[in-house]
Amino acid sequence: MTSKTQIESPPRPASVSRRGFVGGLSAGVLGAVATEAAVAQTLAEIPDRGPGADLGAHSERSRFVKIDRIPEAGPGKRNVDPSDAINSKTPHQKLVGNITPTDLHYERSHSGVPDIDPAQHRLLIHGLVRKPLVFSVDDLKRMPSVTRVVFIECTGNGWENWKKADPDLTVQNTHGLVSTNEWTGVPLKFLIGLSGKEKNSNWMLAEGGDGAGVDRSIPLTDEIVNEAFVAYGQNGEPLRPAHGFPMRLVMPGFEGNLNIKWLRRLKFGTEPWMTRWETARYTQLLANGTARQFQLRMETNSVITQPSGTMQIQPGYNIISGLAWSGHGKIAKVEISTDGAKIWKQAQLNQPVLSKAQIRFQMDWVWDGKPTRIVSRSTDEQGNVQPDRQSFIAATGSNALFHYNAQQTWSIDEAGRVRNVLA
Amino acid sequence: MSSHNNRLVAAALTLGLLAAPAFAFDFGRPATPEEIKLWDIDVAPDGKGLPVGSGTVAQGKQVFADNCAACHGDNGQGGIKDRLAGGQGTLASSAPVKTVGSFWPYATTLYDYIHRAMPYPTPGSLSTDDTYAVTAYILSLNGIVPPDGKVDKDSLPKIKMPNRDGFIPDPQFDPAKLFRKK
Repeated sequence: MTSKTQIESPPRPASVSRRGFVGGLSAGVLGAVATEAAVAQTLAEIPDRGPGADLGAHSERSRFVKIDRIPEAGPGKRNVDPSDAINSKTPHQKLVGNITPTDLHYERSHSGVPDIDPAQHRLLIHGLVRKPLVFSVDDLKRMPSVTRVVFIECTGNGWENWKKADPDLTVQNTHGLVSTNEWTGVPLKFLIGLSGKEKNSNWMLAEGGDGAGVDRSIPLTDEIVNEAFVAYGQNGEPLRPAHGFPMRLVMPGFEGNLNIKWLRRLKFGTEPWMTRWETARYTQLLANGTARQFQLRMETNSVITQPSGTMQIQPGYNIISGLAWSGHGKIAKVEISTDGAKIWKQAQLNQPVLSKAQIRFQMDWVWDGKPTRIVSRSTDEQGNVQPDRQSFIAATGSNALFHYNAQQTWSIDEAGRVRNVLA
Repeated sequence: MSSHNNRLVAAALTLGLLAAPAFAFDFGRPATPEEIKLWDIDVAPDGKGLPVGSGTVAQGKQVFADNCAACHGDNGQGGIKDRLAGGQGTLASSAPVKTVGSFWPYATTLYDYIHRAMPYPTPGSLSTDDTYAVTAYILSLNGIVPPDGKVDKDSLPKIKMPNRDGFIPDPQFDPAKLFRKK
């Protein structure tokens, strides 16, 4: 069921339950549920119980749940042929909790998804090391491992709103290039120890086994050496091909592009390599024509997912809920304004609040039925505050394309229709 | 720093201790110089990694027509994929055009990228000389190499791209300063 159908559907009877809590929810998360049959109004109308389907080798979603990513080709280029898509976005408006379902984790690939047989995949470690080594996937699985819940965010997340706001966008369109999964793998520090990195090596080239051979230079700061890992597990199972099977780099808090998928080579050196992806791409063009380079960390960010773009709410009680994350560490607080950024109230953060992971916030709200604007802003444990859009654009210009973390404003009109706007 | 991170650091340190020499080859196997050579394709701005070979603009024009023009347009413009030429002087405008000529800071990156990722259906399939030639041709489309020009492993790193000084490093990860403090 698309949000459009919700808007075009006839007004509901003005019963108490529909104008209140249930009405608000039905526009949002439950909006993922397709209403193919008539809605049961009384308990007498609920179908009789009976034997269900046979048990299977794996479980599918309910046939009543329609929930998908959306492949897109770039800012404003939506509804494209899959062969033209460069990314595929997470449907945050239809998700709950903190963890993104594995098959709905956003995807950004530069040369499609390679079909890799793990028996024919190897990781080479070389360069300024005493012992160049080759590892198989099985080798990695025999090593001590770490498991960590982290967000990964494409630096293009938010790029729809640099210059203008299309009012018909959902939060999937505006913020669908960030997701949070639990990843398992071998600490980079362990691999560095095995290969005996030379002391003068402070940069590492990580390269993928995809057609593009995507490669990035990674500075070996203490933080990165201590936190990065080569993952082979995602939400408890082997990585999905779209996310780097059989192994990828995970760089908590850093640009998605640094989390090299289909990882096949780590080379140690003394200076960055100036690859295409750290020069021509993933650098931020400022208003004066110079470009910011090696802006590797993802900033403090948040977005309200419920209610969000193209939903429709009813006057009365509405829960406001959303996601916040920061590449600097833990989220310290999230504030919400329901009057267009004049008065801010602190939202509740759902526990546990993990470092460099998306966390869910929520706040009670009673909408009086008058047009307004809702917006969230996050502050992380380092004191970084998510900027308002005007300050952000004043500092960055509107050509940067990447690293957009300005506050997201949703307008609500007198009919309760929620729309993407620029503040 | 959070206790979560402290635990992670502690765990990583413990794991690091496990990597004593006695354990080193319990995991994986040594890489041979011959096999490293097969995969060691990266090219640095100082030219390190560039193979022996050369290519002219004239040769590159043909290689480009045969392998690149279908996506990038006849003269590196007007194709369905990235525009490669023109755009110089537009970066500070409201509609910047980022191309090899207007934006890319290093000519070595162009060789590296063509060799690793292009042509899109068969990456790395061009010969060394053809890769130099198409690099020369794309540079010539941008007025960086003359129409009768030629590039090789010695000349390519010496080319100063028009936007070479157009990049400002994030202070936190500035390569010129990052590891100098210690």
